[in-house]
Amino acid sequence: MIKLTVNGNAVEFDGDPSMPLLWFLRDERGLTGTKFGCGVAQCGACTVHVNGEPRRSCVSPMSALEGGDVVTIEGATGKEVDAVRAAWVSLDVPQCGYCQSGQIMSAVGLLGANPKPSDEDIDLAMTGNVCRCCTYHRIRAAIHDAAGRLEG
Amino acid sequence: MNVPVSANRRQFLQGTSALGLVVGFHFSGVGRALAAEPAGEFVPNAFIRIAPDNTVTVICKHIEFGQGPYTGVATILADELDADWAQMRVESAPAEVKKYANSAFGVQGTGGSTAMANSWDQLRTAGAEARARIIAAAAKKWGVDASTITIEKGVVKGSGGSATFGELAELAQQTEVAGPFKPKEPDAWKLIGAAKLPKVDTLEKTNGTAMYTIDVKMPDMLTCVIERPSRFKAKVKSFDGSAALAVPGVKEVFAVPQGVAVLATGYWAARKGREALKVEWDEAGTETRGSEQIIKDYLALAGKQGVVARNDGDADAALGSGAKVIEATYVFPYLAHAPMEPNNCVIYRTEGGGVEMAYGCQMPTVDQQVAAGVLGLKPEQVTIKTLLAGGSFGRRATPAGDMAAEAAHVMKAAKHQGPIKVVWTREDDIKGGFYRPIFVHKLRGAVDKDGKITAWDQVIVGQSFMKGSPFEEGMIKNGVDQTMVEGASTLPYQIPNLRVSAHMADVGVPTLWWRSVGSTHTAFSTETFLDQLAEQAGVDPLEIRRKLLTKHPRHLGVLELAAEKAGWGTPLAKGRARGIAVHESFHSFVAHVVEVSAGEDGLPKVERVVVAADCGIAINPDVIKAQLEGGMGFGLSAALFASVDLEDGRVVQSNFHDYRVLRINEMPDVEVHIVASKEKPTGIGEPGTPPIAPAIANAWSKLTGQHVFTLPFSHAAAKA
Repeated sequence: MIKLTVNGNAVEFDGDPSMPLLWFLRDERGLTGTKFGCGVAQCGACTVHVNGEPRRSCVSPMSALEGGDVVTIEGATGKEVDAVRAAWVSLDVPQCGYCQSGQIMSAVGLLGANPKPSDEDIDLAMTGNVCRCCTYHRIRAAIHDAAGRLEG
Repeated sequence: MNVPVSANRRQFLQGTSALGLVVGFHFSGVGRALAAEPAGEFVPNAFIRIAPDNTVTVICKHIEFGQGPYTGVATILADELDADWAQMRVESAPAEVKKYANSAFGVQGTGGSTAMANSWDQLRTAGAEARARIIAAAAKKWGVDASTITIEKGVVKGSGGSATFGELAELAQQTEVAGPFKPKEPDAWKLIGAAKLPKVDTLEKTNGTAMYTIDVKMPDMLTCVIERPSRFKAKVKSFDGSAALAVPGVKEVFAVPQGVAVLATGYWAARKGREALKVEWDEAGTETRGSEQIIKDYLALAGKQGVVARNDGDADAALGSGAKVIEATYVFPYLAHAPMEPNNCVIYRTEGGGVEMAYGCQMPTVDQQVAAGVLGLKPEQVTIKTLLAGGSFGRRATPAGDMAAEAAHVMKAAKHQGPIKVVWTREDDIKGGFYRPIFVHKLRGAVDKDGKITAWDQVIVGQSFMKGSPFEEGMIKNGVDQTMVEGASTLPYQIPNLRVSAHMADVGVPTLWWRSVGSTHTAFSTETFLDQLAEQAGVDPLEIRRKLLTKHPRHLGVLELAAEKAGWGTPLAKGRARGIAVHESFHSFVAHVVEVSAGEDGLPKVERVVVAADCGIAINPDVIKAQLEGGMGFGLSAALFASVDLEDGRVVQSNFHDYRVLRINEMPDVEVHIVASKEKPTGIGEPGTPPIAPAIANAWSKLTGQHVFTLPFSHAAAKA
C-alpha cells in the first residue's frame, strides 16, 4: 500500500507499483488536467509538483511516491500560481491548450525558485515543455509578466 | 446492452460535472441542438441560442484546436447583436451536414484555413436576423416603433424602458420579421477588429478544466490501445494474447483491421497488455522501400517533365536561348504532425441502436459516414460530440475517416458493450503514417544578359493523398493533384516563360495534408530559387520581388511592410544576415524577414522574425497575431529538425527524442504586423507557416555562401 497526498488529500494506492503517477492521477483520481503527451519525459505535458518541485509524472512510478506530496494543476495554489494564471489569461497564451497545464506547473516552479528570471533562466527552466502550437513567445512574455505581478 | 440515451447523457455529464466550464463546449450542448428547445429560449437559426439567463450561445461548426474559431465566431455574432462580450458562450455543432456544411467543402468539416472566411457572411446574417427579431420583440412589448430602439452591450433600450436579451428571448422567439437581414456596416463594428478581446477558452485552459477526448470518463468505460504493424498496411496473421490477458486490468484482446486491440480498465494496463502481446504480421504487398530509395526514385522522375499544371510562353525555348541557366534540385522529407494530444476517440452505444462518438472530430460528415459503414448503420444513427482537440495541424482530418473507422471497428469486434476510449501513444502517432509526403522538386531558370528572368521550369514529384480519396474529383484537375503544385503553379512573379509540371508517384505510405499543405514545400523551392536567380542577376532579393510583383498589390503590401519594419538594407550586427520570403496561401498573404546567425551544430540560429500579413478584415487581431507567431514556429520547427525516415518500409523515429521539435530556447523573437484591409476575411491558421523556411535559407546563404536544397537543416548539417 502506497500512501501519498494529492492536492492536500491523503490517498492510497495498492495497484501496480510500476504505474506512472500520471495514470494514477488521470485514471484513478479523475484529475485529468495533467496531460499525456509522450510517456517518456520528453514533452512536459504531464508536469506536476512532487514535494514542491516540478516532476514529469509520466515517468514517476507509484513505487517512488510513498509519502510524496503531489500537487496538480487542479490543486495548485499560492501567489506564484495566481500570478502565472493571471499573466496567461492576460496574454491569452494558450492555443490548443493541451500542454498548458504542464507549462504552468513548470513556470510556477521556476518563479518559486527564481522570482525574477531572465530570458536565459526561462529557456533553461521551460525547455522540457513542448508546445506544438509554439506559444513559446507568449509563454516567455507571460513569465516576465507574472514576475512583475509578484514584485508589484 | 444499450444504454438509454437520457441516462447515457447524464452519465456522460457525471464524468465532467466537476468542471465549471466558462465556455459551453458542454456535452449537453450537442444533445440540445438535436432536442426540442426548452421554453423561454430564442433560437432564431442554427447558430444562435439566447437563454432566459441572458447567455448568448453560438453554435460553432468548426472544431477548436487552437486556431481560435470559437473566439472568432463569438466575435462576429456578438458584434452583430451588440452583445456584451461576457454573455457570449460557444458550443460545438452536432454532425448535421444540412445545417453545418463548410461551404468550401460541401461537407461539414474544418480545414484549409476556412473557418472565418466560411463564417463571415453566414454568421453576420444570422446575427442580423436575431438582432431584428429582438428589436421587433422590444417594440411590441413597449408599443414603440422599432426604429427608436437601440442595443448597447447586450441591453436593449427604447422609450418604453430597457431589457436584456434574456428578458426578451421568449417574446423574440414568437416574433417573426421578414428578411433579408442586412449585417452592420463596418463603421458600426465595435468588437470586430478590436485590438484585444479576451479569448473565450483561455481561462479553462489555464486551470486544467478544459475537456479533451483523453479526459472523457464514463461509467463502464474501457481504454483501448492497439498494437500496430511496423510496415504500413500489414495485416495480423496471428497473435497470442494470453500474456496480455494475464495483466491485471486487461479485459479483452482481439484483432481489428488496424492491428491487435487490447481493452483494459485504464491506459496503463492496456499499454502493459500491449507490450505482452505476440503478433505475427502478414506484410505481403506492403511498402518496403526506405526514404533514401523513394527519393532516388523521385529524382529519376524529376529529370523528365510531368503532367503540366501551368504553361506560360515557351520555357524550353527560353532555357535554350543562350541565357544563363541555373538548376536546383530540392528534397523534402516525410513530416509527422505530432499534435500534443495524440489521436483518440470515445465511442458508445445510444438508444435505438445508434452510436455516438465523442472526440476532436475535424470532419464530422466523413467520420459519420465511415463509422456508419463499419457498423452497418445509417449515417444519422451515428452522432458526434466534437470536443476540444490538443492540436491537429491537419492530422485529425483524414479523407477516409481513419480514427472513426478504427473506433468503430474496435466497438464492432469487442464483447464489451459499454463505452470504449481508443488512445494512441506518441509512438503510434510518430510511426503511424499520414505524413506530409516526401517531395522532390527540380527547377531550371534562365537569366538573360540584362539580368532579366526569362524562364522558370519546375518539376514536382510526390505522392498524391487526394488520389483515391473522396476529394479526388475536386482536387485532381487535368491529371494533377492541385495540392501538390499549389504555390508553384500559382507563382505570382512575372516571368514570361513558366512551366510547372508534376509526377504523382505511387507509394504505400499513408500521407496527408500538413499545415499549409502544398505550400510546405513549394514556398521553399520557389522563394529560395528566386533568390538564386536574383543573385545571378545581381539584384537585391527585395528589389527583384518588387520588380516581379507589380501586378500583385497584396503580395507587395506585406513584402514592403515586413521589409520596412525589419529595416531591410540597414546595417546588421556582425555575424548576422537577413533573408526575405513572401507567399500566398489560403487567399492570405504573408511575408517574413528574418535575421540569422550561425548556431550550434552547424544550424542557423534565428535571432529575429518580422512578419507582415494580409488576411483581409482582421476579425480578431490578437488571434491572428497568435496564429502568425505559432504558425511561424511550426514551420521553423520542421525546417530545422523534422524528418520521419523510413528504412525498409519501417519508420525510424518514435517519439520526441528522435522526432525533434522546436523548444522555447529555439523560438526567436517575433513581431507581427497586420495590413489594414477591407477585403473579406481569409485564412490564418496555415498561411503563417510557409515563408519561414525559405526566409531562413535565404539568410543562411547570405551568411555562409551555402544554398540550402534539403530540409530539414539538421540533415544537411549532419552531412557537412
